[in-house]
Amino acid sequence: MQAFTTLTGVAAPLPMANVDTDKIIPARFLKSISRTGFGQNLFYTLRFREDGAENPDFVLNQPAYRKAEVLIAFENFGCGSSREHAPWALLDFGIRCVIAPDFADIFHNNCFKNGILPVRLPREVCETLMDDARLGGNARLTVDLERQVVVRPSGEEIPFDVDPLRKHLLLNGLDDIGQTLQHAGAIDSFETRRKAEQPWLAG
Amino acid sequence: MPAQAPRTLFDKIWAAHVVDTLPDGTALLYIDLHLTHEVTTPQAFEGLRAAGRKVRRPEATLAVVDHNIATDETRRTGIGDAESRLQVETLERNVSEFGVPYIPLLDDRQGIVHIIGPELGRSLPGMTIVCGDSHTSTHGAMGALAFGIGTSEVEHVLATQTLLQKPAKNMRVSVDGDLAFGCSAKDIVLAIIGKIGTAGGTGHVVEYAGDAIRALDMAGRMTVCNMSIEGGARAGMIAPDQTTFDYIARTPYGPKGEALEGALRWWRTLPSDEGARFDREVTLDAHAIAPQVTWGTSPEDVLPITGTVPDPDEAGDEARRAQLHRMMEYMGLQPGQRLQDLPVDVVFIGSCTNSRIEDIRAAAAVARGRKVAEGVRALVVPGSGLVKKQAEREGLDRILREAGFEWREAGCSMCLGMNPDKLKPGQRCASTSNRNFEGRQGQGGRTHLLSPAMAAAAALAGKLADVRDWQPKGTA
Repeated sequence: MQAFTTLTGVAAPLPMANVDTDKIIPARFLKSISRTGFGQNLFYTLRFREDGAENPDFVLNQPAYRKAEVLIAFENFGCGSSREHAPWALLDFGIRCVIAPDFADIFHNNCFKNGILPVRLPREVCETLMDDARLGGNARLTVDLERQVVVRPSGEEIPFDVDPLRKHLLLNGLDDIGQTLQHAGAIDSFETRRKAEQPWLAG
Repeated sequence: MPAQAPRTLFDKIWAAHVVDTLPDGTALLYIDLHLTHEVTTPQAFEGLRAAGRKVRRPEATLAVVDHNIATDETRRTGIGDAESRLQVETLERNVSEFGVPYIPLLDDRQGIVHIIGPELGRSLPGMTIVCGDSHTSTHGAMGALAFGIGTSEVEHVLATQTLLQKPAKNMRVSVDGDLAFGCSAKDIVLAIIGKIGTAGGTGHVVEYAGDAIRALDMAGRMTVCNMSIEGGARAGMIAPDQTTFDYIARTPYGPKGEALEGALRWWRTLPSDEGARFDREVTLDAHAIAPQVTWGTSPEDVLPITGTVPDPDEAGDEARRAQLHRMMEYMGLQPGQRLQDLPVDVVFIGSCTNSRIEDIRAAAAVARGRKVAEGVRALVVPGSGLVKKQAEREGLDRILREAGFEWREAGCSMCLGMNPDKLKPGQRCASTSNRNFEGRQGQGGRTHLLSPAMAAAAALAGKLADVRDWQPKGTA
């Protein structure tokens, strides 16, 4: 996993609530057995018209935002399915940070496993950042994970919370399976005890 | 020993599965059962292979194909779509290489992963159950802690049989009173989501309680728990009781004899203690719930079938108004339109929400002796090969075919637009599935979520209909 430390880039405003994972990447594009290549179909129904041509009104099709690295949206971002293809599609497009008032649990979790930082900030702060983002390429945001701040184009710093363990893994780009396997002894003894106490779980 | 504070069902299952606790409070949670399917596993097995890791407990893992496959006769001659075929073949290669038990496509036990877990007796009370699929919450109906995970976590469970988790908050949704005529578990859960909203359960595990929930059979309980994720909850669960135990006794692979006696002793201690604390409580009066149908593109946009399409301009804030206008345009609706006047092109009875034998019986009871309206395509897709066989033993397939329904093989089918069963742009569908998102059932498709009996009534009426006007005809 790619580490996330500090990011300075263009932020795309997506003033929508309940952006679901089918919207982020429709199910028909989930047939790949790879983790990459999903970016071309990110936000497919918003980004493309029925005839397959780009929808010029959609933010990521506008010249200023074609290389956006931050996305700003409203409540309940990433609701719906558990598909990790949703963060894979964002990442493949180049988006490393999503800022919203709140996120659906599984999506939120999946972001951290893929080097994407989801930042929760109150609705009114998201509206302010959305206004900044509307300024396009002239208004870059900085997201500093180490210091836990979003820096507005004006230089104002907005602090955010992040789980300490997740921050550590993300800053260092660590795979948490390796971390867990350090507890292999504890897992072994847990299994031995349960097999004796609850034999119907032996499978 | 000090007296223990009263605990919830969730607290008890959680505590019984904590292997270790990290300094920041994150738990290493043991996973008893890992269900897998073709869509969310290829990258996880690939990750294991790249790191030279094995599946820690293949016997605690079960694989099946359900999302990608055809549910008509073409499944016997191979999968036409090259990408779908590759995904299924990849799963077959992976289960063989890593020694994971697998139910192949043409096995009678094949079906939707969330139907077969409980049906086979693999999903049991007190277990932790995960699957790379958000509707894993279904298994919570057994009195288990069951939740959906992403592919990275699938790999984590395959390699370690554990997950790194922070405890969720407890929420209780109590539904009391008798369910009104024409209503079912689907109407209960749609009404709950209408009340709490699609983010109402975020960060929480929901325990469903109250006498209307207790009165549900296991199929109904699974329907309710299935849609927990549509209310944003991490998981949904229902305390195990005699209904649960009787169900397990009928399953092929559930514990038997002495093992069952031991299991029952533990299972009976699981229900939430008197006085256990819930972070959030919601109550509903079952009798006040009318047959429900969604009109918009989020499951929270739900109304009684007697309702009319709302006016977006009456919404509170600008973002919500814009969202509602987009929904109306997508759904092809006008403010004030009666839901009952909306003509349907397609009716889909199936999915992990509503494809159990009880659901098919409910649809057949309405369809018996009647005909699907002209121009309507109506599909009934059993949740598993075993459900299909049972329905055929009961003659339900004959009733449904005679009425003009297509009778299919088991799979996810038209729930998610990943296999040949899809809506065409603009088609309106009465569907017993769980999501009405834009494009969910096929690009441009318009979904109205409802119960199996309501879906059958819509097929017969050719439009959304009130099932209370379509009482079953006598069998005489």
